[in-house]
Amino acid sequence: MQAEYDVVVIGAGPAGLAAAIEAKKNGVERVLLVDRDRELGGILQQCIHNGFGLHLFKEELTGPEYAERFINELKELHIEYKLETMVIDLSKDKVITMVNSKDGLLTIKAKAIVLAMGCRERTRGALNIPGTRPSGIFTAGTAQRFVNMEGYMVGKRAVILGSGDIGLIMARRLTLEGAKVLAVVELLPYSSGLTRNIVQCLEDFEIPLYLSHTITRIKGKHRLEGVYIAGVDGNRQPLEGTEVYIECDTLLLSVGLIPENELSKAANIELDTATNGPIVSESMETSIDGIFACGNVVHVHDLADYVTLEAQRAGVSAAEYVKGLLWKKRTDICIRAGQGVRYVVPHFVNVDNLKDTLELFMRVDDVYKDKNLLIKLDDEILTTMKKKRLVPGEIEHIEINAKMLKEKSVSVLTVEVQKEGA
Amino acid sequence: MYDIAVIGAGIVGCSIARALSKYQLKTVLIEKEPDIANCTTKANSAIIHAGYDAKPGSLKAKLNVLGNSEFDEICRNLDVPFKRTGSLVVALKDDEVATIHNLFDQGQKNEVPGMEILRQSELRRIEPNISDDALVALYAPTCGIIGPWELAVAMAENAVDNGVEIMLNAQVKNIMKIGNRYVLSVNERKIYAKYVINCAGLNADEINNMVAFPKFHIMPRRGEYNIMDKSIGKLVNTVVFQCPSKLGKGVLVSPTVHGNLLIGPNSEDINEKDNFETTKEGLRYIIETAARSVKKLPTGSVITAFTGLRARCEGDDFVIEEASDAKGFINVAGIESPGLTAAPAIADYVLGILKEMQVEMAEKSDYEEKRRPVIRFNELTNAGKQRLIEQDSRYGKIICRCETVTEGEIVDAIHRNVGARTLDSVKRRVRPGSGRCQGGFCSPRVMEILARELGLDISKVVKDHPESYILTAQTKETNMFDLNDVNFIARECVTNASRI
Repeated sequence: MQAEYDVVVIGAGPAGLAAAIEAKKNGVERVLLVDRDRELGGILQQCIHNGFGLHLFKEELTGPEYAERFINELKELHIEYKLETMVIDLSKDKVITMVNSKDGLLTIKAKAIVLAMGCRERTRGALNIPGTRPSGIFTAGTAQRFVNMEGYMVGKRAVILGSGDIGLIMARRLTLEGAKVLAVVELLPYSSGLTRNIVQCLEDFEIPLYLSHTITRIKGKHRLEGVYIAGVDGNRQPLEGTEVYIECDTLLLSVGLIPENELSKAANIELDTATNGPIVSESMETSIDGIFACGNVVHVHDLADYVTLEAQRAGVSAAEYVKGLLWKKRTDICIRAGQGVRYVVPHFVNVDNLKDTLELFMRVDDVYKDKNLLIKLDDEILTTMKKKRLVPGEIEHIEINAKMLKEKSVSVLTVEVQKEGA
Repeated sequence: MYDIAVIGAGIVGCSIARALSKYQLKTVLIEKEPDIANCTTKANSAIIHAGYDAKPGSLKAKLNVLGNSEFDEICRNLDVPFKRTGSLVVALKDDEVATIHNLFDQGQKNEVPGMEILRQSELRRIEPNISDDALVALYAPTCGIIGPWELAVAMAENAVDNGVEIMLNAQVKNIMKIGNRYVLSVNERKIYAKYVINCAGLNADEINNMVAFPKFHIMPRRGEYNIMDKSIGKLVNTVVFQCPSKLGKGVLVSPTVHGNLLIGPNSEDINEKDNFETTKEGLRYIIETAARSVKKLPTGSVITAFTGLRARCEGDDFVIEEASDAKGFINVAGIESPGLTAAPAIADYVLGILKEMQVEMAEKSDYEEKRRPVIRFNELTNAGKQRLIEQDSRYGKIICRCETVTEGEIVDAIHRNVGARTLDSVKRRVRPGSGRCQGGFCSPRVMEILARELGLDISKVVKDHPESYILTAQTKETNMFDLNDVNFIARECVTNASRI
């Protein structure tokens, strides 16, 4: 079966939903949204805690409630969607191969594509933690799915490795379900989660957070019996003599998220080694004309609201591309992560496509206190932002007035943390 | 009353059971684990060795080369993925060059076909990523890569198709000889057999000692491995060994038949037969050592680690013989590397022993040497995929996104004649959870399918062993999971497997 669409959006999480909606609202008729899961909404459906929508709706919604707003709009707009449909191939000339039970194998030619596949969790294997391989070791997201969607608990006494947001949220969730969370263990000297989650999920429940610690060994023949934790030195190596055994039947891993770019790689889309996601323009267009990307497939966000904002931009751009209104990719400005900055998205800008503002998302590479964040155009400082605290766990959202960029003929825009005494 | 009881359903037991199934013999294969291939067979280098390593004249040497030659036909008949990639033993230092020549000579004595000694340019043509230090290499084209557990499962399925009975979760606790038959205490049952073949791997000495004089002693030798992501699966084209040492063939870098990269093992003698821990030192050693074989080993690409125990015994050769003080009791012990390669030849060798013992062995007229093929959705053409989904829509539902495994394949794995009963046994048969997310996305779905197909509550689905439960209570419930329920599944596995 061969079909043609104007815009095909791959992935129906917060990014995909928003992109499909904006594409349709901006005058594109044939929009198709596909997702491999059984329902729309992606991971939002298992995030039953609140805190979603604070920026966008000025309300505190749960994940499913947040998703519902977009799902309703999607349905009102009569946007076609396919669930339990897996895209198995994507070519650079925008032919998508997908399978599901109903249609079998489908080949679809799209005028524009929006990649919104999200991310996956890092596993125990990626950390190469020694020990046995018993049951009872889960990534935090998998445990969240079991508890919140399947209705089953994963254990009674838990240790959580990594203080990413899902780990923190699961610490609270397991506690509320009657399990004892014995420790949250973080390799870095700071948490990689949102401050509000540290307070609301750990401190409020008196769950200890061990910074600069790691798990050195896993014990248990059939089911997990316990883990050894140890302090680490400046090079993140375990310190001799600090090992402590904690008896537990469950270990959750919240040790990082990796953008799911298998399809992007299949289409030879250029990726950024810092984000592990596609290199994108101001319009969220990848290195291939007419293929856009947004949300966690581009870089791992910490707030769904920002995913939505970014995806709306991708959806609008895809519609403009189909209608021939998007200026071709051109690097008027190359954006660089300078001193103290891990990455900045987008990577390059065609100023003709900018409306009022250029929006940047960025993360710092370490914890900084009372520092200035500088935006430089070539060597000239454009903006200085005073920051009380900059942490790698929280994305900085920067808006730059497009006029400031259009007036100047510039080539490199650098975001950096100002050096001491500078 | 059985004619033959085979103890241990690893690769050796399965291979022997399959060979016996050609004959009009009532055979039972008894395994203490919840699945076949659940110990040494599931954790090794997955290599079909060429045969230059073993001492000329040894059983190891003879059965290695013989076994190797049988693999094309076996894997065709049993529909098991197998690839003859060839292997290289690389000299990285001047003093290792002599070892390469010695191995070549040894291989010639063992009658290994097609070996060559490669100089720099040929070596780099075959392996562009080989270390700059590589001086010279022994190339053996008959070396291959395989999924050892898939081979064992296939052999077991074929054996069952031809009438062999399999008992899982069935531990032999005692063996007695009464008159001219053996009485095996298996769990709470008694099994009677005229002949017993001991393929109990790590426990072969204990099984022997139940009925015969302690003649050998199994000394586990631990080997640790890392599996790396498919994105670097093509780093090498052949199985790359370094020069062997006293402790074994050393650390290899190898593609796997499924497209990943495998590195390991180290080699460490330990005392416990149930110690499957990986260690910090061991994992560091294999990564550091493997990194010497190739130019750039992307150590960040590890997706999992595992430990295997080699069932070694003193004397450094396989022990395959009738116990002198227990007539009709045959030991097949000390089957360390190249045991996987030798397995088909070991089975033939055992048949020879049985014939010598005057066991009546009439061939079956209806023996079927092929097993029902396994559908591998990912390997089909687009047209093939389309046709398959039209026939059975469950093949249109992809459960494991990393390895592209469909619901249809998982359901088939559960309902085949040696069906999967646990999360790990599904994984070993059709690979959901073997990919880069290690089951993060698919394990809830696979558990759901297992529960549905076996008529269990999802909380009763275990990882591997009956005590390796995954879920505890339902949320907001206080009654914790009862271990008796798990034991119930264990019993179910036995009855289900033996019913077929």
